[in-house]
Amino acid sequence: MINFELDDDQKLIRETVAAFAAEQIRPAARAADESGVIPPELVAKGHELGLVRGAIPEAYGGYGDARSAVTGAIVMEELAWGDLAIAVHLLAPRLLVTPLIEAGGAPLQQRWLPPLAQDQFVAATAALNEPRFDFDPAAMKTVARREGQDFVLSGVKCCVPLAQESSALLVYASGGSEGFDAVEGFVIGRETPGLEISPREENMGLKGVATYTLTLNDCRVDRSARLGGESGLNFTRLLSESRVAIAAMAVGVARAAFEYARDYARERKAFGVPIATKQAIAFMLAEMAIEIDAARLLVWEAAARLDKGENGLKESYQARNYAAQAALTVTDNAVQVLGGHGYIREHPVEMWLRNARGFAVLEGLATV
Amino acid sequence: MIDFELEPQVVNQLKMYHLAAAQLMRPISREFDEREHSEPRAFWEAMWTASQNLGEPADAKPRAGEGASRLRNLNTCLSVEELCWGDAGLFLSIPGGGLGGAAVAAAGTAEQRERFLRRFREGQPKWGAMAITEPGCGSDSAAITTTATRDGDHWVINGTKIFCTAGQMAAEKSEGFVVVWATVDRQAGRAGIKPFVVEHHTPGMTVVRVENKLGIRASDTAMIVFENCRVPADHLLGSAEVKRDGGFKDVMATFDATRPIVAAMAIGVGRAALDFVRDFLAQNNIPVRYGISPRRLTALERDFMEMEVQLKAARLLTWRAAWMLDMGKRNNLEASMAKAKAGKAVTQITQKAVELLGPVGYSRKELVEKWMRDAKINDIFEGTQQINLMIVARRILDYSSRELN
Repeated sequence: MINFELDDDQKLIRETVAAFAAEQIRPAARAADESGVIPPELVAKGHELGLVRGAIPEAYGGYGDARSAVTGAIVMEELAWGDLAIAVHLLAPRLLVTPLIEAGGAPLQQRWLPPLAQDQFVAATAALNEPRFDFDPAAMKTVARREGQDFVLSGVKCCVPLAQESSALLVYASGGSEGFDAVEGFVIGRETPGLEISPREENMGLKGVATYTLTLNDCRVDRSARLGGESGLNFTRLLSESRVAIAAMAVGVARAAFEYARDYARERKAFGVPIATKQAIAFMLAEMAIEIDAARLLVWEAAARLDKGENGLKESYQARNYAAQAALTVTDNAVQVLGGHGYIREHPVEMWLRNARGFAVLEGLATV
Repeated sequence: MIDFELEPQVVNQLKMYHLAAAQLMRPISREFDEREHSEPRAFWEAMWTASQNLGEPADAKPRAGEGASRLRNLNTCLSVEELCWGDAGLFLSIPGGGLGGAAVAAAGTAEQRERFLRRFREGQPKWGAMAITEPGCGSDSAAITTTATRDGDHWVINGTKIFCTAGQMAAEKSEGFVVVWATVDRQAGRAGIKPFVVEHHTPGMTVVRVENKLGIRASDTAMIVFENCRVPADHLLGSAEVKRDGGFKDVMATFDATRPIVAAMAIGVGRAALDFVRDFLAQNNIPVRYGISPRRLTALERDFMEMEVQLKAARLLTWRAAWMLDMGKRNNLEASMAKAKAGKAVTQITQKAVELLGPVGYSRKELVEKWMRDAKINDIFEGTQQINLMIVARRILDYSSRELN
């Protein structure tokens, strides 16, 4: 039956993560953007929230929490509200954990999950995006060629968070033909021969988190590294989970910018009155609020489908595209509401605009 | 727990409404658009009979406090979407309490609700209407100049009302009523504005004009003049006492319930256009590819996807606003969000549909051009786009109407 209310657990989770985002993440956001460094103490504290360990089965040292895309979306929104780069850093290991839980098969899970379930944050990641304007997950240029018992991976991946720091990386590649069914995943070690990791990428936004370009020069991997073993993986679902996560983060960034602009507009005076009392500003804020709520509902709708076991390809695609556009529009409007001050790095809105531009561009940056 | 799935019995009920829309409305849609001011009597009879059999009010509009189902307002929005997918003008013309009924439900006492609304559950088709807008004030409904003056055990109403949906049917062509908003105390401003039920054929109430419109032509839009129109004292809905935030709050309470419905109307029209375009693309073997890189989509695919997701976004906001009302939560902000979003989105969706279809869309052989004309009203009545943005802005900024106007 239709219901728009979070359950009690979700409310508690949201409160907890929101408090962490406000008290720990937000104050560190600007410094991370400027310096490119996220303090290890912050990462350690974030890890204590169970963002990575939560979903790992107890058998492998995790908490074995029930997984829910809706709950995940709520967590993502709050973390990204704090700061997108820090959120992506904290969540990067999930890029490996979620596919392993969904499709890994016991041997791969046995090997890679226990290290990630530890008390300390251990980096892990996945490589999906490719450095092309028309990157399409259904038509990847990175390919996996079968050679006897092995697979040989070749291609270039980009925007891979924490690749240099990770001991294990999940690489998505096309098994040959086009389409989502042809996509394969391989969990490879950092030291795999032929794997080349670039110096840190320099991007417009997301500057706090280290991302890298990976070049796979005929990397030979054992077939045991193949996600899902002989049966392969449900890539459509993994992609949808990733898109829902990105969409939820877009909502978080948009909300951060909206709230900042709203509060600024109530304080800032022009012509003797707060600028928020002028319709030109008030209507912008109203439209921002509407778009944020609309985007969030689309995210939740897609997430609810995933929780019912559907692949949610269309819905998560809709949510991602809509939320990405909403985030861009809202952050741009936030800069506009602040006027010249919005353009100055003393205020965070310019950073949120730079970060928001990434949502339509980046695939596979996070997952629920 | 978050859930977007309709219950099976609701889905079944919607199939029935869809059938009615497809079989009773679509076939006469063009005819009553072209023959404005003529009466689709057979359609009205069918809808009235169906509603009597269902034990539901014919127009499926809400009556707070009379709810049988827990999600009454939400279910209403769902059925309204189906019927307006059929034809928004015909939907508005369906006999029933209409906005007048909604006003009685929102502002009346239990006794008044029973006394005035009972008629919609028995006998011949009847209409209720609401008269609030005046020639000199629309969005600024607090500036109403129509007066109600006490004279013994009656109120005497004087003034002119316009844009009164189903006004002619309610006032002169059935045993219905018009709810008139009038001020009992000009000095008191908003607090002095009160709703009065004026029964059909009451002396002093005259329909002087029925408007010619861009769209929703099957629905009559009346100008009504009240000239020393006397109504019994107990026709004032709720309390006669003039207190701060009193009278106008009732108007607002009505809007909180009706705005999601108008949003649902818009969504029905938008869905009609979207379905038409989807079928058209399919017939012409033009694929819409979900999931691929947005940079590889054609302009047509992008346009179609944008129409589709905008409609969905509007629908989700609308469902939320209606659901909140059902849960007894204050939905003033969310109702205006839904109305603002749906009105604008559907205006754009239907305009884009005409564009995408080219001469087919522009031709009166198809209904797409009609839907574009019909859609526009949803961005205007029950609070224009701008008024709803204003309400949203006040809520999110925590400003009163004096601080932000």
